[in-house]
Amino acid sequence: MYDAGKILFGLLVLAGLTTLPVWYNVARGKAGPQPQLTVGTTEKQCVLPTAEMRAGHMALLDEWRTRVVRHGEHATRTSGGREVRMSLTNTCLGCHAQKDQFCDRCHDYAAVKLTCFECHVVPKRSK
Amino acid sequence: MRAFTALLLVAGLVGIAVAAARVPALGPVVTVALPYAAVAVFLLGLVVRVVRWARAPVPFRITTTCGQQRSLPWLKSQELESPSGTLGVIGRMALEVLCFRSLFRNTRVRVGDGGRVVHGDRRWLWLAALAFHWSLLLVLTRHLRFFVEPVPGLVLLVQHVDGFFQIGVPELFVTTFAITLALAYLAYRRFANPQVRYVSLVADYFPLFLLLTIVGSGILMRHFAKTDVAAIKELAVGLSTFHPRAPSTLSPVFAVHLLLVSVLLAYFPFSKLVHMAGVFLSPTRNLANDNRARRHVNPWDPDVKTHAYEEWEHEFHDKLTAAGIPLQGAPPPPAAGIPLQGAPPPAAGATSQGG
Repeated sequence: MYDAGKILFGLLVLAGLTTLPVWYNVARGKAGPQPQLTVGTTEKQCVLPTAEMRAGHMALLDEWRTRVVRHGEHATRTSGGREVRMSLTNTCLGCHAQKDQFCDRCHDYAAVKLTCFECHVVPKRSK
Repeated sequence: MRAFTALLLVAGLVGIAVAAARVPALGPVVTVALPYAAVAVFLLGLVVRVVRWARAPVPFRITTTCGQQRSLPWLKSQELESPSGTLGVIGRMALEVLCFRSLFRNTRVRVGDGGRVVHGDRRWLWLAALAFHWSLLLVLTRHLRFFVEPVPGLVLLVQHVDGFFQIGVPELFVTTFAITLALAYLAYRRFANPQVRYVSLVADYFPLFLLLTIVGSGILMRHFAKTDVAAIKELAVGLSTFHPRAPSTLSPVFAVHLLLVSVLLAYFPFSKLVHMAGVFLSPTRNLANDNRARRHVNPWDPDVKTHAYEEWEHEFHDKLTAAGIPLQGAPPPPAAGIPLQGAPPPAAGATSQGG
């Protein structure tokens, strides 16, 4: 093999970059399973089934925002036939009152910036 | 037809992924075994190919330069196009790897007015290639957020800048737009340009369609058929800490995304995609143009069997004499070959090699 030093260096860089997450996780030692959420309610059913809420709550909130702000609608019917008010503060936060134990856990884990509370008020701890 | 074959291959892979997502028993195969195998094939395959390239000697500098080499002090030389030393080579390589200097030279030949041949610049290939590769790098960097915990600031910064326009929820990334457009143009180019279409093989269409499908499934997951991101991160973090936890349910779109990425990784070392490593080993780019300044000796220096006239005359001496052909009367040659005229014996110490 010619230029063994340079070739070896290049291959090490390749292997290092490919396995970068492995080394980073070893160094930081904080990588683990997804966080457990404190739901904060005894209610059995959210406005959509849990799996759908987990995956698509942002689309629902976006839709609610448009309907309330642009079309002046306030009430909606859930898939279960329940009538709810389309309101982050009153409906969503009514159950999920503790942002730091609910919203933030997944959003921090998945590194998704939460823009709701740039306008909405973070509710005070009820306790 | 070749495009159709490639399309069928990708469609078959999509079909396999969608079918596998329906069978719970296949979950760990698609989400754990396949990604590990793909990364292993990717790394090992690239190492084997690079080592195989490195074993080929490059006895002298291949000077397909595009600029004036360094010669006399009063002649202006172009150090980046025709470097004379290591620093210039690093500059030329950086220009090639980061800016695709060679693609920037792309020209088109056409028959112009009055049947004249006209050469013109064509920058679209360069632009699309640049947009695709840089977008891919940013997309990969963004994807690190799934694999590491806590997410480093650089990844957050890239994510923030990429989603700068805050269009929709979740926000549309600029790279999503750029990579789709670039890939679409690169695919369009293969169909629209008759010369390019003529030389395009299944191996050209397949990675394009594979990448388009990967991008498409990614867009689908982010903006339309939403998936549980926390569960996906749990899987990715599990893979990168070697404690894989296969998710209980597998969405078909995610299965397609993951399976196609695994196929792309495993396909890498065996295809044209290996130019990722190959660009660094291009002899026309990574060697200084100093053929005339330095003496380069053939490193494997073969023992060439020669048969000089003197030997020939000696061999047929009797027959030549009998036929009355005049002889030069050279003395009998040594047993070994006579060195060719003009080829000096290898000087000791001058064992420079290319590469």
